[in-house]
Amino acid sequence: MLDLALNLPLHSALNVPLILADLPLFPPAASAQAGPIDELYWFEVIVSAIMTVLIFAAVAFFAWKYRRRPGVRAVQIEGSTGLELTWSILPFLVMLVMFWWGAKLYYAAQNPPLDAAEVFVTGKQWMWKIQYADGTREINTLHVALNQPVKLTMASEDVIHSFSIPAFRVRHDVVPGTYDSLWFTPTKVGRYHIFCTEYCGNQHAQMGGWVEVLDERAYANWASGGGGEGSLSEQGQKLFAQNGCSTCHLLDQQGRCPILRGLYNKPVQLRDGSTVMANDAYLRESILDANAKIVSGFDADVMPNFKGQLSEENVIQLIAYIKSLSPATPATQQGSQQPAVVVAPRARAAGAAAQPQQ
Amino acid sequence: MLGMWTFLITEVLFFGGMFGAYAVYRNMYPGAFASTSRYMDVVLGGTNTAVLICSSLTMVLAVRAAQLSKRKDLILFLILTMIFGSAFLGVKAFEYHSKWVEHLVPGFGFQYEHAPEYLHPAQLLFFLYFCMTGMHAIHMIVGLGLLTYLLVQAVRNQYNEYYFAPVEMIGLYWHFVDVVWIFLFPLLYLIGQRH
Amino acid sequence: MATEETHYLNATHGWKSWLLTTDHKRIAMLYLISITLMFFVGGTMAVLFRINLLQPEGIFSAETYNRLFSMHGIVMVFFFLVPSIPATLANFLIPIMIGAKDLAFPRINLLSWYIYIIGAVFAMFAIIRGGVDTGWTFYAPYSSTYSNSYVLTAAMGVFIAGFSSILTGLNFIVTVHKMRAPGMTWSRLPLFVWANYATGLIQVLGTPVLAITVLLLAFERIAHVGIFDPNIGGDPILFQHLFWFYSHPAVYIMILPGMGVISEIVACFSRKRPFGYNFIAFSSMGIAVLSFVVWGHHMFVTGEAMYTSVAFSFLSFMVAVPSAIKVFNWTATMYKGSVSFDTPMLYAFGFIGLFTIGGLTGLFLAALATDVATHGTYFIVAHFHYVMVGGMVMAFLGGLHFWWPKITGRMYPEAWSKFACMIIFIGFNLTFFPQFILGYLGMPRRYHAYPPEFQALNVLSTAGASILGIGYLIPMIYFAWSIKFGPKASANPWNAAGLEWQIASPPTTFNFDETPTVTEEAYDYDGARYYEPMEEVVG
Repeated sequence: MLDLALNLPLHSALNVPLILADLPLFPPAASAQAGPIDELYWFEVIVSAIMTVLIFAAVAFFAWKYRRRPGVRAVQIEGSTGLELTWSILPFLVMLVMFWWGAKLYYAAQNPPLDAAEVFVTGKQWMWKIQYADGTREINTLHVALNQPVKLTMASEDVIHSFSIPAFRVRHDVVPGTYDSLWFTPTKVGRYHIFCTEYCGNQHAQMGGWVEVLDERAYANWASGGGGEGSLSEQGQKLFAQNGCSTCHLLDQQGRCPILRGLYNKPVQLRDGSTVMANDAYLRESILDANAKIVSGFDADVMPNFKGQLSEENVIQLIAYIKSLSPATPATQQGSQQPAVVVAPRARAAGAAAQPQQ
Repeated sequence: MLGMWTFLITEVLFFGGMFGAYAVYRNMYPGAFASTSRYMDVVLGGTNTAVLICSSLTMVLAVRAAQLSKRKDLILFLILTMIFGSAFLGVKAFEYHSKWVEHLVPGFGFQYEHAPEYLHPAQLLFFLYFCMTGMHAIHMIVGLGLLTYLLVQAVRNQYNEYYFAPVEMIGLYWHFVDVVWIFLFPLLYLIGQRH
Repeated sequence: MATEETHYLNATHGWKSWLLTTDHKRIAMLYLISITLMFFVGGTMAVLFRINLLQPEGIFSAETYNRLFSMHGIVMVFFFLVPSIPATLANFLIPIMIGAKDLAFPRINLLSWYIYIIGAVFAMFAIIRGGVDTGWTFYAPYSSTYSNSYVLTAAMGVFIAGFSSILTGLNFIVTVHKMRAPGMTWSRLPLFVWANYATGLIQVLGTPVLAITVLLLAFERIAHVGIFDPNIGGDPILFQHLFWFYSHPAVYIMILPGMGVISEIVACFSRKRPFGYNFIAFSSMGIAVLSFVVWGHHMFVTGEAMYTSVAFSFLSFMVAVPSAIKVFNWTATMYKGSVSFDTPMLYAFGFIGLFTIGGLTGLFLAALATDVATHGTYFIVAHFHYVMVGGMVMAFLGGLHFWWPKITGRMYPEAWSKFACMIIFIGFNLTFFPQFILGYLGMPRRYHAYPPEFQALNVLSTAGASILGIGYLIPMIYFAWSIKFGPKASANPWNAAGLEWQIASPPTTFNFDETPTVTEEAYDYDGARYYEPMEEVVG
């Protein structure tokens, strides 16, 4: 331990010149969001720098000019309401600019474009599991296409995590018990860090990964690998049958349970009179805790409790299947309706068709 | 006196946190809440409310007696207040016992057969019930201790029209504990009884 | 041959006279020793984990690192910063500054110290047994269900220490309302009293919510009732709302007293009444009130509703305004003053500069979009260390130096004190400025290992931390030395205004021989007696 203490500073100090050569001082701006956020950041930096310099200079100047000299008295000044109002209101106006600007960018970050490609992320101690609409799965790596907006829908299997990609300036906590989402449009080819930024236990520092932004051709190449198990909604269909959902949720006629065809993103009236939207979060809750919301006209305590039997990934697959039962409209995001650049159906179908021949 | 008021404000914030949590979960699980309200015995709760209000009345009379240097009356009213307070705690103990018997104590074999789909939210709501009424009961027990001290001092003839501040201050504390119950009772017992 | 005068330190002797004292000055000394010990514990942890960060792959194990940073936060926040100025300097000075013999509730004052010690014992027990690894924020469900460290012990320590804080605040509020000497109107109160009064309000109103939050967490941990467990319908975000409802106002507990100290120091060493006295006093109250309505800015990325976030962002900008007003007023106080560069004033300069930077970087975090880009990174760490360490700790040291002659009757060595101030300033900036850069680059906080490209900045930061550590050790040494060997100080070595400087150094047990009647406004530096030559330090 002692030799470590003695050698360590030396060792680190020797490293420093080498690293200083390409010392990173500013993150790459690799998404469409990054530029505008950086603009706000630089505005804040400049305002802060000006204020800091002003205060430092004023203090230094007054300290020098009014330094104590024998025979010179301080002049007692009570204050000046005019000055107080000025230096309260002017900075507040500048702050209002920062507030408005920040709120505007934040608002944009809450609203993904309708044609954003959907990718599903499940965080668990201590890894990120990525699922693409075509069924491909990865761990800790996210492949995205250049200039294609991507919306991540995220769930946690245990504690609160937080998914962040500094190069894209995006971040959102991943809270267990609910879905969280963020979106971005990558604008620069390259490889960028993914970090977990909410302390989640022992290997919190290891819970990172990479996002690979590929140009159109490279992405098509990668996507042609395809998901061996079928697309998300196909996997969901299998789960639907395996878990007995089809015995009650008959697709085309009302059984003891609400019809699922055409359900996604439509309003649903509940037993207690309120109305909710049948979105992802509603579907997830209905699968894992069916009695939380009972649809009007149906009974409680009929649907079994799947909590603990289905993982967050399974739930995502089931929801993809249920979504596929709704007619294609611009308002829906469906696994099988992805723009061709994200999933290369011809290549995948060719791959799938090629399989039985081998 | 200002010290006691300031302390009571901290107590408001303390209970406030629990009221906040209760409000959040009641909002999230209205069905479960309606279901659990059948276990809140309005008769017992109402009796307790009456008992506490009487105890506040006797407390006020005790303070008055101290102000008028009426030692015998002071002792009488202090004892009555303590009797009422103990009656409250007795009813509470009975209520807790009946919950225990019905396996409604979270963390100790909680079961909810009557409406199993509400098992988890009911557990949450019962937890908050025990937290809030339990904290209240602890404050009542502390209050009884303080009243005992007042009683001993009153027997020793320590209070008269020139010096009755402790009686006033502890009276204030007692009223506060009463007021907390006045909020607890409707929220936990009354609302949702007939939904 | 001068006879030894009787004052509060030597009036009575023996363990009991200290451990059962009700003299606010002795209790302040008890606190001073306790919080210095806790500062030392928390600081040592910081040095250790900064050493770990010299290497990208870390040096200690992840578990060790995680426990070190968590305990560092818990100790520094709850057992050092929250009590620091209120329980030591304010405890000592408030009665004297208002012309009283003691606080309103002297025995409750002593009780609050014992409660603090019991809480600290719990915390030390948690540390010795292996520590807690949840971060000082104890977020559920990690802390309630997953962590297998000493969460309960640490949480109980925090719960108990909270009562110490509540009792201190309660005592100050009642004292300032009820115990002012005749003629000491509210508008004649020193700004230090205003600041600690506002702090007392926050302590009294906010801490109980922490108490119930920690209690609910404890129940969850013991009985698994599910209040914060999403698997049984609980809401982990509810924990965050309850936690931050206290902990945001808490950070103002950890700065307002420092601002009070700076008002006093700048006034004395510019020989001027603070510019805009009313504005400074009311801004303290404004900060106390607004501090309760901004807690949601810690939760912008949790999935708060859009409009909730916007409201909290706006309010967070508003709360910055009173702080800015104070900085401008202190600067303006120096205008046409008569400025000297004694050590307390140097610390005040440091405070004004570093608090300005810390406060301005808070604006980055109040703005929604840049908060999203920096949440959970070293940017946040740098921001709060600039305000808490560059601000509050500098103010605490400045106040200690300013009132040291009054408290102990001795002077500290001036050259060493100026040297230490310089070392602290340099070490502090070297430690924390690189962290702003690291944060925007994306390096997350609470990481025991990091990508190699961040190493150079981390090495700079660790180098700064070593220098800062040395800087803090130097005053500990010379203050201890000065108690026995420092030159004796007169009643008013700084020729300052204020009731505390009218009585002996150190004060007698009951402060005043008879209750003073106040006829002057505060900071009456125009009076002729403040222009007599400063009294020589009595050798």
